[in-house]
Amino acid sequence: MSQAEAGIVGAGTARNPLWTFGILRSELATTLRRWRTLALLGVLAAVPVLIGIAVKIETNHGSSPGPGGGGGGPAFLSQVTNNGLFLVFAALAVTLPVFLPMAVGVVAGDSIAGEANAGTLRYLLVAPAGRTRLLLTKYASVLTFCLVATLVVALSALAVGALLFPVGEVTTISGTRIGFGEGLLRAGLIAVVVAASLIGFAAIGLFISTLTSSGIAAMAATVGMLITVQIVDTIPQLSGIHPYLFPHYWMSYADLLRDPVYWDEAVKNLGLQGLYAVVFGSAAWARFTAKDITA
Amino acid sequence: MAPNDSVETNGGTRGAAAGRRKAARYIVPVAVAGVAAATIGLVPALASTGDPDLPEITAQQLIEKIAASDTQQLSGTVKISADLGIPSLGGLAGSFAPGGSQGDTGSAKGDSTADPQTKMTELASGTHTLRVAADGPDKQRVSILENAAEYSLIHNGDQVWAYDSRTNQAYHATEDRSGKEAGHSTPAPEGVPTTPKALAEQVLKAAGPTTSVTVDGTAQVAGRDAYKLLIKPKQSGSTIGSVTVAVDAKSGVPLKFTLLPSSGGKAAVDAGFTKVDFAKPAASSFTFTPPKGAEVTEADDAKAQPKTDGAGGLGMFPGAEGLGAGDQGAKDTKVIGEGWNAIAEIRTPGGTGLPTKASDDVPAEAQQFLDSLGDKVSGKFGSGTVFKTRLVNALMTDDGKVYVGAVTPDALVKAADNAA
Repeated sequence: MSQAEAGIVGAGTARNPLWTFGILRSELATTLRRWRTLALLGVLAAVPVLIGIAVKIETNHGSSPGPGGGGGGPAFLSQVTNNGLFLVFAALAVTLPVFLPMAVGVVAGDSIAGEANAGTLRYLLVAPAGRTRLLLTKYASVLTFCLVATLVVALSALAVGALLFPVGEVTTISGTRIGFGEGLLRAGLIAVVVAASLIGFAAIGLFISTLTSSGIAAMAATVGMLITVQIVDTIPQLSGIHPYLFPHYWMSYADLLRDPVYWDEAVKNLGLQGLYAVVFGSAAWARFTAKDITA
Repeated sequence: MAPNDSVETNGGTRGAAAGRRKAARYIVPVAVAGVAAATIGLVPALASTGDPDLPEITAQQLIEKIAASDTQQLSGTVKISADLGIPSLGGLAGSFAPGGSQGDTGSAKGDSTADPQTKMTELASGTHTLRVAADGPDKQRVSILENAAEYSLIHNGDQVWAYDSRTNQAYHATEDRSGKEAGHSTPAPEGVPTTPKALAEQVLKAAGPTTSVTVDGTAQVAGRDAYKLLIKPKQSGSTIGSVTVAVDAKSGVPLKFTLLPSSGGKAAVDAGFTKVDFAKPAASSFTFTPPKGAEVTEADDAKAQPKTDGAGGLGMFPGAEGLGAGDQGAKDTKVIGEGWNAIAEIRTPGGTGLPTKASDDVPAEAQQFLDSLGDKVSGKFGSGTVFKTRLVNALMTDDGKVYVGAVTPDALVKAADNAA
C-alpha cells in the first residue's frame, strides 16, 4: 500500500491541475443527477409556490393585508402582497430553519457513508486521488448543493412572486426605498449568504458521515443534530452558549435588507460557519484518512 | 498524504504506533477549536485594557465640553441593555392590558403596532440594538433592530413617521414638537443658559449639596477616546449607586451612559454607542414614504401622545430626572425629601391603588399574583405593600397612598411614618 502511495505522490507532481475538477465534476454529476436529490430540490421549489398561493388566496378573500397583519407568522410575510420580491425573503425565512438544512443534511450525511453503504467507497479510493482530495471533493460537492438548493428556493420564489404579486421599488425594513434592480441584487446577495450559512452544518454532516458505514444512520444523526441544536438555541437558560451554535445567526441575512446594510451579525455568522467548517472538516479528515475502509 | 496502512497487517508495536498516529490527527480539530475559544475569550479582554491617555481635565471643563459641543451630524449603532428588575414587564402588560404594549400579542382593535408609545416600553427590559442618525435639529432617525424586522422613527422637518416592518404598519404625525421628543436620544444640545461655561457652573451648583460630580479616568467607547464623568449621590438611601457618562474627548458628545444600582450587580441601564460616525448621514435615510399596502395610522391626536412617549422614555431613567424629580406638578402629588432621595407621595382619589384597580378587571388569582410581587410591611402609617425593582421602589399603603422613589424600601417606610 505504501509503495502505491509513493507512486501516487510521484505522479501528482506531473498531474494536470484540471484533474481535481474532473473528480469534482463527476462527483457533482452523480450527486445532482440522483432522483433523491432532484426530489429534494423539487420539494424546496414547491415551498415558495405554496406560500405564494396561500397568501394570494388569503388576500383575495379579505381585503386586509394577509395573516401577517398581527405580526405573527414568518418574517416578511406581511410585505409579500405589496411586492413579489419579498416572497424570496419570506420563502428563505421559511425554508432556512428546517427544509434547507434537512436537504443539506441528507446530502452531506450520505456523502461518505452512502458510498460505504453501497460498497463503492473502495473503488473511489482506488482512483489515484488520495483520501484528503476525495474528502475535499465530497465537501465541495455538498457546498455546491447548498448553493443550488438555496438558489432553487430563491428563483422559484422570485418567479412565483413576480407572477402573483406586483413588483417594483422595494421598501427596506428600515423604511427607505431602493430600486427594483438593487432589490434584486440584494436578493441575490441574500441567497449567497443563506447558502454560506449552511457551510458549518455541511461540515458537521460530512464528519458524521465519516463515522459510520450506514448512509441512513448518518443522515438521521445529522438531521437529529440540527434539531437538537435548534432546540438548545431556543432555551433561554442556555443563552450563554447561544452565540456559538451554528444556527444562531442564520436569520441575520435579513440585516442585508436594512439601509444602510447592518453587517455585524452577518459577519459573525460567516465567521462562525468558517470555524465550524474548519473544526468539523479537520475532524472528518482525521477520521477519514485514518479509517479502515472495509466496504 | 493518505496512509492507508491497515492495523491488522502490521505487528503489535507498529500497530500501536499507527494507532497513536491516527489519534494524533484529531489534535488538529481540537487545536483549532481551542485556539478559537481562546481567541474569543482573550481578544475582548486584551482590547479593553488600554484606557487612552488623555490630558487631565476637571468635571467643570468636561461639562463645558459637553455643552459646547456643536455636533449636529452623526450616525451610529447604540446598544441599550436595561435590567430594571421589573418582573417580566412584557407578560404583565400583555395580560392586564389586552392588545396592549407587546406587538407580538397581536393588535385586536386596530391598535397600530407602529405607535411609538408601545415600542418605547419594550426598551425598558432586555438588550436592544438601535441605530441612530442625525443631521441638524430637523432630521433625526432612530431604529430598533429586531429579528428580521426593524422599527424606525423618522423625523424630517415637520413630518414624523414611524414604521414597523414586521407588521408593515406606519404611524404618521405632522408636528415638529413631537419630533424633538422622538429624537431625544440624539444628543442635540439645547443651550438654555447662554454659554457653556454658565451652564456647567449652573449644573455643578445645582448638583452641589446632594451630588458628587467627578472625572473618573478615561475609556474607549466605539473606538474613540472618551472621558468618564462620574455622578454619584452623596446621600445614602438611594437605590442609584452611580451614573457614568462617557464623553467623547474630541467632540464632547456623550457616547455611553451607565447606571449602576447601589445594590451592586450589573448595570441597571447601560446605553452606549458601539459604532459612531460624525459624517453627514445619507439624506435618503430621513425620507420615508409608506410602502404600498402599509397600514398608516394618522395621529390626529398626536399632540398629547408623543409627549407622553417622551415622558415615558425619561421615566425609565429616574436618575436623569433625579435632580428635578419634583416637577410632577399634579395636585395630589407631594414630594418628600430632595435630590436623589426625593420621594413622591401620591394620594390616589377614592383610595384606589393600583392592585385594587386591577382587581376590577382581573380574577382573584391575579390579585394574589400581584400580592406575591410585593412585600407586606407595616409601621406607624398602618400597613401596606412594597413593590421592588432594582431602581424604583413603591410603597402602597392600605389607605390608598403611594410613595414612589429611587430609594430603598426602608427609606420609603420612614417617609410614610413621618407623613403619618
